[in-house]
Amino acid sequence: MSGVGIRGAPPPLVAEGLVRAYAGVRVLAGVDLTVEAGETLALLGPNGAGKTTLLRVFALLLRPSAGHLALFGVDARSAPPALRRRLGYLAHESFCYPDLSGAENLAFHARLFQVPAARERVDALLAWAGLETAGRRPIRFYSRGMSQRLALARALLHEPDLLLLDEPFSGLDPAAVETLQERLVTLREAGRAIVLTTHDLDRAAPIATRTAILHRGRIASVLDGRGADDVAAAYRAVVAGGR
Amino acid sequence: MRGALVIFRKDLSIEWRTREGLSSVLVLGLLLLVVLTVAHDAPPEAAPALAPSVLWATFLFTGLLGVQRGFLLERENDCLAGLLVSPVDPAAIYVGKLGANVALLAIMQLFVVPLVGLFLHLDLMPVLPALLVVLALGNFGFAALATLFAAISVRVRAREVMLPLLLLPLLVPLLIGTVSATRSVLAGGLALATDAVTVLVAFDVIFAVAGWLLFAYVVRD
Repeated sequence: MSGVGIRGAPPPLVAEGLVRAYAGVRVLAGVDLTVEAGETLALLGPNGAGKTTLLRVFALLLRPSAGHLALFGVDARSAPPALRRRLGYLAHESFCYPDLSGAENLAFHARLFQVPAARERVDALLAWAGLETAGRRPIRFYSRGMSQRLALARALLHEPDLLLLDEPFSGLDPAAVETLQERLVTLREAGRAIVLTTHDLDRAAPIATRTAILHRGRIASVLDGRGADDVAAAYRAVVAGGR
Repeated sequence: MRGALVIFRKDLSIEWRTREGLSSVLVLGLLLLVVLTVAHDAPPEAAPALAPSVLWATFLFTGLLGVQRGFLLERENDCLAGLLVSPVDPAAIYVGKLGANVALLAIMQLFVVPLVGLFLHLDLMPVLPALLVVLALGNFGFAALATLFAAISVRVRAREVMLPLLLLPLLVPLLIGTVSATRSVLAGGLALATDAVTVLVAFDVIFAVAGWLLFAYVVRD
């Protein structure tokens, strides 16, 4: 781990025994996980393992049915709205309004997050996402990849300290994947904490400082800074072994 | 309340650009007015008794459509979750959506009320200030309750059915109050409508406060 967090500051994320049930079915069955500042945690797991649910709990969109979650040392149950300024969340959906342009959507979210120098920040992120021209068009006409790039720009807009990314490489072309990987490395080196879910080991392995494998609602294995082959072997062992 | 203002402006900006909500509400309002006035075919002397029910029946159905549309905006691309992960208090989201609904319904009222006067041969000018007070109170009370219930119904599968089913029983006191107040206003002025206006004010305060307090529990899983 390459932690560069502030000495003595509480970790960005501490989960203890997190349980989340839907209609009596436990999607998360007791997740224990700590994410330190300056690390990138890749969360792997087969379909239905609970990755998206776990990220939605971390993003304060879902209340855990049981267990304890602390973000930056603050109990999530009593988290003030201002705490969400420190979180950036990329979901499967873009959270952007189809009838507004890319620039208008980012400007709207910049106002919600009270981003300083919002116009410059929006322009810079549109340029980063390769949407300078398309950014003036309603996003209803965006391709899947363009929507994903806009959603990533939205998640990065307010420079969050904890970045939660659900399948961030989905729909991106190889050049955009490389740009995103570079950005995530830069953010990690600047002390941000990143949690990302993916099925794409080859893209996650080069940037992850730790990898956790979620299986049947629990963290089945945690690996420190391994290559894609080691992670893939561990993944297969966990899933095939049904641990 | 800064967040509420941002959401209010965003809703109006989208409505201004698409005019989807407003145009459907205005067309439905016109159709309802035509049907209700033609069906009754009332003589001019019966107009003051008929106008309140025509006015508020039209308002009710067009209002349901308008408020539902306001929350469907948030459903596409899971935009409501986008608001909930922002550092804006859920109560401020409620206020922003409420403000946008009140504005949309007020535009609809500006369109419908003169048409009611026209179709029923009723001169509304002498009672206009008092009528505006009743319209504003009815609009706000309806929007306060409908905004809260639209947030619930937009998350369920049969949302078009659920909103009226949940909302209409609770709207009964407001509808009785608005029809009664409008009838009194048309008969002589606001002084005759004191009791009904008191009911409307109480309804508005109760459900605006309830919406403010309960919205966070309604929109979060």
